[in-house]
Amino acid sequence: MSDATHSGFPKRRFKVSRRMLPYVLSLPALLVCIGILIPFVTAVLYSLQRYRLSQPWARKWNWGENYWNFLSDDSFWNTLKVSMTYAFTTVGIELLLGLGIALLLQKRTKFNNFVSIMLLMPLMTAPALAALMWKLMTNPGFGILSYFAGLLGFEDFNWASDPQTAMLTVVIVDVWVYTPFIMILLLAGLRSLPQQPFEAAALDGVPRWFVFYRITLPMLTPFLLTAVLFRMIESIQQFDIIYAMTQGGPGDALTVFQVEAYLNFFQSTNVGRSAALMMILWAITYFLSNIFIKNWLRLRERQRGEA
Amino acid sequence: MYDKENKLIDSFTAGKISRRELLRGLGAMGLSTSVAAVLVNASATRALAQNGFNWKAHEGTTVRLLLNQHPYTDALIANLENFKALTGMNVEYDVFPEDVYFDKVTATLSSGSSEYDAFMTGAYMTWTYGPAGWVEDLNEWIMDDTKTNPDYNWEDVLEGVRKSCAWSGVPGAAIGSDDAKQWCIPMAYEQNNLTYNKRIFDANGLSVPTNIDELLDTAAAAKAVMGGGYGIGVRGSRSWATIHPGFLSGYANFGQTDLTVGSDGMLSAAMNTAVSKEYHAKWVKMIQDSGAPDWSTHTWYQVGTDVGAGKSAMMFDADILGYFMNGGDNAEAGNLAFSGFAANPEASAATPNIWIWSMSMSRFSQNKDATWYFMQWVTGPEHDLFGAREMDLVNPARSSVWADEMFRNKLSASYPGYVEMHDASAPGASIKFTPQPLFFDLTTEWAEAMQKMVANEIPVDEGLDMLAESVNRQLAEAGLH
Repeated sequence: MSDATHSGFPKRRFKVSRRMLPYVLSLPALLVCIGILIPFVTAVLYSLQRYRLSQPWARKWNWGENYWNFLSDDSFWNTLKVSMTYAFTTVGIELLLGLGIALLLQKRTKFNNFVSIMLLMPLMTAPALAALMWKLMTNPGFGILSYFAGLLGFEDFNWASDPQTAMLTVVIVDVWVYTPFIMILLLAGLRSLPQQPFEAAALDGVPRWFVFYRITLPMLTPFLLTAVLFRMIESIQQFDIIYAMTQGGPGDALTVFQVEAYLNFFQSTNVGRSAALMMILWAITYFLSNIFIKNWLRLRERQRGEA
Repeated sequence: MYDKENKLIDSFTAGKISRRELLRGLGAMGLSTSVAAVLVNASATRALAQNGFNWKAHEGTTVRLLLNQHPYTDALIANLENFKALTGMNVEYDVFPEDVYFDKVTATLSSGSSEYDAFMTGAYMTWTYGPAGWVEDLNEWIMDDTKTNPDYNWEDVLEGVRKSCAWSGVPGAAIGSDDAKQWCIPMAYEQNNLTYNKRIFDANGLSVPTNIDELLDTAAAAKAVMGGGYGIGVRGSRSWATIHPGFLSGYANFGQTDLTVGSDGMLSAAMNTAVSKEYHAKWVKMIQDSGAPDWSTHTWYQVGTDVGAGKSAMMFDADILGYFMNGGDNAEAGNLAFSGFAANPEASAATPNIWIWSMSMSRFSQNKDATWYFMQWVTGPEHDLFGAREMDLVNPARSSVWADEMFRNKLSASYPGYVEMHDASAPGASIKFTPQPLFFDLTTEWAEAMQKMVANEIPVDEGLDMLAESVNRQLAEAGLH
């Protein structure tokens, strides 16, 4: 029966010539690139214009003026400082905590596996929701953390409402959300390390701290760099936690790049300045990514050489 | 609908029977009060259909709306079937919460999308939308007798509210000038006045403050007796919305402005005058001494819910926020009272800055005449009256509705003092900002400066001088200084 069917409708095969095949195979990647490049080029062009939606008649090319103005703009330097402080502080703390927890959970036991899964819960929470949750917990009137702070003697601890403690508060939220990401990445790295060097060190009676600094840490460095790279890129682009908690305030205490660019576009409709801010953020991200990737490649080459 | 019910409602509309008699009659026919309200408006709609205007001119056309989640929207939706019956038109709508609403509007309009024909907006927003060419000047329709029904009565809209939605587009030009374009039509509006907790005030012998100095003293006294609560709620987040309610209402009462307009039409910052500095210093001290501990994150939501929950003794914010907090499940429902507030001891009356929820027409609409049919209905006297009497369309924008005894009695019965507060401050109520395209930049920076002053990061006078310098620089960059 199937033969009869096939004989009725001969199968047509779509053939791609060998010459065209590489182009066809790379077409999806090309389409994705176009989807990224068009907004990027548009942003570059906008950043070189005086372009406010509320003053369409004044739109003109001002070339580098948006960037040039940043040099004498205190708010820009504050944004740079706040963004860098936030990124380096959060990633630093998350790295230390993530590594510590990963080391504690390194041994494959049922308990450790259960705990590692439980610790992933914050990562499943949308950062904006986590921020709102923390906002409630730190409410001076009824927040449970404010209550505990009061018990510890911090009666007027105002968390994100006080410029002195606003950065600390959002860093805590970020650490709560993203430490599990670093932890799980490093845990996977730790469990994949070859066991021979550790067994040899154990036979020779090498102290544990020496094993950690001389064997574990160097072998784990590619994983550390990967974790830091991912987190650094994300942290320097932070928006949701900060915006949901304070909209960049109090004052200019938390005006990171994304918050500033968002307000410039959606509230002030200053497209030119907003685009220029995003281009600076892109340049910083590109620069930091390059450093991490170069070091990661160098390490990999060295490890291959040693092998 | 049955003839008996129709006749009863028509008798009520014609003033032959009282509201109580109508409800009793409809109740006897098995209809609830809410259903009766919609039916009563259906009767008003039938009367509207008989005014000689061709309401069916766009029969079959669909109008799409972008709406903010708000009691005004609830009133609109509740009455929508009557509009459909009147015109034979269809209405579709999307409702978004306020947190994301204006981003949605900006994104839609800036992309030139024709997805929505009309949308809810505030007057400040039209200072961006109008010059950007995203909304229509509605004078073209209001003044056209062939497109506007004879009972629309545009002059019935409160003058200060009506003019606050009109601007020529020239930075610094007065709102409502002769050459102004009508960028939006008011649906309802908010005055900024005092809402106070009468229970707390009476129990502790506190009297209602009548100027800024008394406000500071009363807020401090209230905080002292509240045990865990605080004296006065005002907004404090890093947003333009922190400046426009109580703060600017009091500021304007001293004759102060945000900007001055030179003879050459150029703008200059005006927030660092001696009087302004004195007012700012008092405002900052009031927040430091008697405001919410987390004031810098307070939006209208926290200000309202705190007074409704009895956490604060009073608030200087939108009167309708007090209206809503005085009902529902709020702990202090029924305990809140209202008072007009003139910050300046030498002022004869309050001069509240206002927020107006209004409707604008998208320039990219494909059905502009049909859209205007919807807009004139939703901002017309019949819907305004329906919303005010039967829903929570408070404060209505029309003087005829404010003159309606049924509405006034409803307010006075459940919200003692509200009508008196409104009547006393309405003559001085208008937008007190200078219309110009950098409105959101400058007011957000103003709020930021205020946060720094309250946190003692900068002294008030120095902070205001720095703010004025920054404002002038930004105006100069935009070619306005």
